[in-house]
Amino acid sequence: MAQVADQAQKFVGGGILRKEDPELLTGAARFIDDMSIPGMLWVSFVRSPFAHATINSVDTSRAASMPGVRAVYSGADLADEWADGLPCAWPVTEDIKTPKHWPIAQDKARFAGDAVAVVVAETRPQALDAAETVDVDYEPLDVVVDMEAALADGATKVHDEFENNSSYVWNLDVGEVEQVFNDAAVVVKERYYHPRLIPNAIEPRGVICQPNPAQGEYTLYSATQIPHILKVTLALTLGLPEQKLRVVAPDVGGGFGSKLNVYAEEATCLALGRKLGVPLKWIETRSEGYLATIHGRDVIQDMEVAADENGKIAGVRANLLADMGAYLQLVTPGIPILGAFLYHGVYDAQAYSFTCTGVFTNKTPTDAYRGAGRPEATYAVERIMDALARRVGKDPVEIRRLNFLAPFDEAREVVTGLSFDSGNYDASLDKALDMFGYDDLRAEQQRRREAGDTKQLGIGVSTYIEMCGLAPSQVLASLRYVAGGWEAATIRCHPTGKVTVITGTSPHGQGHVTAWSQIVADELGVDFEDIEVLHGDTAISPLGMDSYGSRSLSVGGVALHYAAEKVVTKARTIAAHELEVSEEDLEYSGGTFSVKGAPDKSKTIPEIAFSAWTAHNLPEGTEPGLEETHVFDPPNFTFPSGAHLCAVEVDTETGMTNIVKYVAVDDCGKAINPTIIEGQVHGGIAQGIAEAMYEEAVYDENGVLMTSSMSNYRVPSAAELPTFEIDRTETPSTTNPLGVKGIGEAGTIASPPAVVNATIDALAPLGIDHIDMPVSPERVWAAIKNAGGSTVDARGAETTGAGSGTGSADAPGGGT
Amino acid sequence: MRRISLTVNGVKHDAMVEPRQLLVYFLREQLALTGTNVGCDTSTCGACTILVNGKSAKSCTLLAVQADGAEVTTIEGLASNGEMHPLQKAFHESHGLQCGYCTPGMIMASVDLIANNDAMSDEDIRMGLEGNLCRCTGYQNIVKSVQQAAGEMRSPAST
Repeated sequence: MAQVADQAQKFVGGGILRKEDPELLTGAARFIDDMSIPGMLWVSFVRSPFAHATINSVDTSRAASMPGVRAVYSGADLADEWADGLPCAWPVTEDIKTPKHWPIAQDKARFAGDAVAVVVAETRPQALDAAETVDVDYEPLDVVVDMEAALADGATKVHDEFENNSSYVWNLDVGEVEQVFNDAAVVVKERYYHPRLIPNAIEPRGVICQPNPAQGEYTLYSATQIPHILKVTLALTLGLPEQKLRVVAPDVGGGFGSKLNVYAEEATCLALGRKLGVPLKWIETRSEGYLATIHGRDVIQDMEVAADENGKIAGVRANLLADMGAYLQLVTPGIPILGAFLYHGVYDAQAYSFTCTGVFTNKTPTDAYRGAGRPEATYAVERIMDALARRVGKDPVEIRRLNFLAPFDEAREVVTGLSFDSGNYDASLDKALDMFGYDDLRAEQQRRREAGDTKQLGIGVSTYIEMCGLAPSQVLASLRYVAGGWEAATIRCHPTGKVTVITGTSPHGQGHVTAWSQIVADELGVDFEDIEVLHGDTAISPLGMDSYGSRSLSVGGVALHYAAEKVVTKARTIAAHELEVSEEDLEYSGGTFSVKGAPDKSKTIPEIAFSAWTAHNLPEGTEPGLEETHVFDPPNFTFPSGAHLCAVEVDTETGMTNIVKYVAVDDCGKAINPTIIEGQVHGGIAQGIAEAMYEEAVYDENGVLMTSSMSNYRVPSAAELPTFEIDRTETPSTTNPLGVKGIGEAGTIASPPAVVNATIDALAPLGIDHIDMPVSPERVWAAIKNAGGSTVDARGAETTGAGSGTGSADAPGGGT
Repeated sequence: MRRISLTVNGVKHDAMVEPRQLLVYFLREQLALTGTNVGCDTSTCGACTILVNGKSAKSCTLLAVQADGAEVTTIEGLASNGEMHPLQKAFHESHGLQCGYCTPGMIMASVDLIANNDAMSDEDIRMGLEGNLCRCTGYQNIVKSVQQAAGEMRSPAST
């Protein structure tokens, strides 16, 4: 390993410009909707307008007679197509209730948007037109929208076959939790709600199924993050021989978890391809996606900490209700569990309790959305740290430093039993405070408070940790996840000196082609431009676990490193043979083997690749060719961390909030490409600010999605977002030889509490200590009014409100 | 069906279109210019932004018949003689794109923005691109890219 890792590095660590860009910049990229196949038909879905209804009958006759229509099917018509329902790969407890989830509903619609019929026509407009004419006789049923109402005795059941709407209860208890809380000088308890979010990758989903009836083969093109997982799961769902199925992810326009699923539309297009023997295409409309693509978050947290009178934490207790929606999609129940081990954050604790109840409601299923479980955990931890600081009269920075785990560069076990790979939480906080000008901003805050300024200033701190690099397969087994967590990479050295890299990761904007080229260029000493990276096609890269959970570099990139090491090992044997020396007499650096003491006697990797191809003079027992594959199963997770600081100005007359400064110092271990990291951090923070200030999927009491299109769900534009000042610290991971941790979700995880803590800090003089996300102007204004601040009338003369500090000042239904 | 005649990226086209056909689908499906993307159905996201007679327009808000007689430029028509347009170059150099789906629309909107505004602050650019959504970049490097391109397009050397 050392021989590769220690060599002079040219590309790794540099802000190399992306190879992916030219085709994306010129319109030459091939997204799913850019593709067509001669003779291709179009698919459109009929969706229930009711959140809960019995399907009495589906009359397809009028639709079938519409121009261009080739076929119309109800759920019952397609019932024989399925060997099983859509998969849930993470049944988190032994007794979890997992409902059958047919791609097209057969008896009942269980959320508004549940597909109830499907139309196949010659053109896109014909399919859409015909779908409007399918006559479904619904009998509307009572609806459960709210999680607590869903769990109440006698509540309407989403699934009749279960005794109630609780899907599972998952629990982790460590230490003497009850005793620690009973004995504690200070106990702080708060309730937080994470709004339901709509992921909004700018490219909608889409599918093309191309059957080859003569061979019984199928190629499924899908705007997906997970072509490999799709191949396995769809083969099972359709009872299709897996060796006959190829899944391709073309250029994919963002995912954020929303394309990390096995969707009804993918299964249905494949089934229709099998039934009709012709190519078919479906492209989601945005408003359709708001109903039919998974949502994220929607979690209620009762969060408690026990501490001594100085604010030193002894115990943590979290109790969650997590909204599953109407069905369990691919990893729906597991999302809260991805945060289950992180409710003590970067702080020391002796006792720990986490419980999560998964709840069925008549809403779109939830699943992974950028951060997946860790934003929820981080928000609860970082919000309650500020509450604890207020309780014991300490500055938010001081309370964090008091409780930080001390710096460590070897893996250390923490209260949950997990082993954090490495961490230096003071280092990132120090740097962030310096960049932020923390003391100056606190002084400015004090000045405004004393002056009774109508524009108050608040400062929010978030010193987060996350857990990625999914994952050691044995740990996944213990968590009852069905698949493994390994990743694969192949390096093929061509006789002409060029290199093909085949990766099992499936990028959709992250820049793997560039980063993977950097790793291989350095390790094999080949030209960056001479490396081709192939991905996202199960026929080309048969082994893969795909891209999600910030895993691609820390698992897939590491697999690539090990594959390079194998290439070097084989090349060394050949080089020694050709140079007529022993392998120990060779030094390897920058792609060249040279004889110790005789550096003019040398061989490069491309030279050896040619020798390996001709096979004219190979050592005994050496196979021709220079191509190696490695499958890496990580021994541990990785734990990126960092410090985000936010200053928010709140207009106490109007409730308008404005981020005036945002500083982020992230520690993702060693950097492969700082420019790509910077982009990931920017985008992550933007999505976190979106959650904190703008976005929420709102349902009415009938289960109808009120924020039903992009025009009334507030994805922020450039005009709503500030400029971020960012930097990094580097604490190498001990989990892998590259020392990398992952950065894809960090910004989304860290930023919501920084923003909300800042907003609340601005309003602290009014006695306000809680506002739910999104902290929209309406909610902030309502909080000020409810606190009796009445600064609206007093024109700033009165900035001390009721000061009761009793908390929740939520304005229901806000957020737009 | 209606007959229309228009120039797209310098090439004249005569075509028969359904009166209800949106311009974006005419470009994508009849002319196979798939660089212009569709990201929503409410004219919100701006992924479909093109230039119509030199002004930026969301091509999902126009019917193909409304473009009869117009001069249209799409992302495919921006590079000249194999050289990327300064905006395309700047988006590459300043890492102004990740998944790239919003990028063609973002760049076409920026062409108009730069052409119609003198020296712009970052805030001006942010306001000017309000109609174009990006979910990957957090916009910071997009603003940087537009600043870089604006500087290059206005400097005398670039003429």
